[in-house]
Amino acid sequence: MTDLGLLDWALTFAFACFGVGLLFNLYRIARAPAVPDRILALDTMVINVIALLVLYGIRTGSGINFEAAMLFAMTGFVSTVAYAKFILRGDIIE
Amino acid sequence: MIAEILISALLVMAGIFGLVGSFGLLKLPDLMTRLHAPTKATTVGVGGVLIASMAYFLIFEGKLSWHELLITLFLLLTAPITANFIAKAHIHREMTARDLPVTGTERDWATLMPSDEPVQPVMNRVDEPPRQVSDH
Repeated sequence: MTDLGLLDWALTFAFACFGVGLLFNLYRIARAPAVPDRILALDTMVINVIALLVLYGIRTGSGINFEAAMLFAMTGFVSTVAYAKFILRGDIIE
Repeated sequence: MIAEILISALLVMAGIFGLVGSFGLLKLPDLMTRLHAPTKATTVGVGGVLIASMAYFLIFEGKLSWHELLITLFLLLTAPITANFIAKAHIHREMTARDLPVTGTERDWATLMPSDEPVQPVMNRVDEPPRQVSDH
């Protein structure tokens, strides 16, 4: 990170926004009326974590976090579909 | 300088979109409306962050990285699929056929009457709805 004041502030703001979003998701997972709400909150959590990883990549100036973000996107999608399928049918692979 | 302002504006807008998406998860009344907040607002937020990252690495590091485009493509492809699965699970677990609005065609909701044969979509709407919803 070079001495760019504005970009630093914007990065900090975005970090704070997505961090507060993660806390909201955590609250929704703890207090949810039904199981599909929890799946939705977990899926949103994965998306927020991807955003945090990419922001951390900008801050450190290295591209090594993109593989981690890609893996998060893939495993998040597969686990969400598997969970929804499981509570729908009681089985994942039929 | 202009690039710095542009990237900063993208990051701030992305943060606001992400925050609104996660706040909608708390604020909205039931799951069918709650589905809209993360699948639309948060996806736009992550897309803004990824575009900002591409611009940052292109301008300040001097290299174009394609990983962000891959992540954006993957997220934009998978968000509607997960929303569809969650809505389907919600319909089958928490709602009855009476809670759903009438389709206005001859067929009922596709998820309530699955068939092994491929079904052509019904384009002409019938005048009389097949299921009466006003009997409760």
